[in-house]
Amino acid sequence: MNQELIVTAVAKATSEVFSTMLGTEVNLGRPSTERVPNVSDGVVAFLGLAGRWTGTGMLSCSPNLACRLASQLLMSEYEPGSEAVNEEVLDAVAEIANMVIGNVKNILEEELGPMGMSIPTVIFGRNFTTRSVGQGEWTLIPFDCSGERLEVRICLAPAREPVPVRHGFQAPEYVELR
Amino acid sequence: MPLDVLIVDDSAAIRKILQRVLRQTDVEIREVYEAGDGLEALEILKKHRVHLVLADVNMPNMNGMQLLAHLKSTAEWQNLPVILVTTEGSQSKVMEAAQLGAAGYIRKPFSAEQIQDKISTLF
Repeated sequence: MNQELIVTAVAKATSEVFSTMLGTEVNLGRPSTERVPNVSDGVVAFLGLAGRWTGTGMLSCSPNLACRLASQLLMSEYEPGSEAVNEEVLDAVAEIANMVIGNVKNILEEELGPMGMSIPTVIFGRNFTTRSVGQGEWTLIPFDCSGERLEVRICLAPAREPVPVRHGFQAPEYVELR
Repeated sequence: MPLDVLIVDDSAAIRKILQRVLRQTDVEIREVYEAGDGLEALEILKKHRVHLVLADVNMPNMNGMQLLAHLKSTAEWQNLPVILVTTEGSQSKVMEAAQLGAAGYIRKPFSAEQIQDKISTLF
């Protein structure tokens, strides 16, 4: 998988979603790769991708940033902090992830062929372990969002058997609570 | 003529944003109904007459394309304008929507002006 293609797609999609829907800018950090997503705290949204290439897109941030993003997206006040992370905040983060990963998918489809995308799953907690059943490598693309860190991760690998493109399937990920 | 509008999206966040955008249009909006998927939308449409549907594509149970196809094949709703508002941006999806009879196709992320301009061209 061409990592540069993923980084370019994520940078473009994230920048577009944040400027259009949230009225804010994000600054691209230094991308890297990892075998397992190193996320154990905060708000995490996942979406499954499937087609000739299959995998997962993931967006994660701190509770503070989640509240701020929800405030900007919904034009309502959500006080920063863990206790303010309610259903509306989680729904806002899920929708931001849906738009970011959805637009990444649109860009990648030009190279990788049609892909289907699941509806988002969002998790909020502390001290959890994230595992990936597949053998693929994750590309981590970090952003600075007004002093807070936002992370987008993509893991894609060729499907052993091409998966029929359809929408609304469950993301092939699970999270263990310690 | 004041409009009654149905918003169909599984995301409460997007429903809230679209509610706000609709209230800012030059067109007078009377009632805004909300549904979380195509099946819920059909239940609302059976009870209430609406002038416009704004629908997501990627939803559980009945997606936006299925809803659009159903509405266009039903005499009662054949002429009801449906604007799809979705992250699905491939040319094949846009063409599929046009063939099914969508009145518009707006990609997320969207600006308030895009929604307002599209509605202004329809009413």
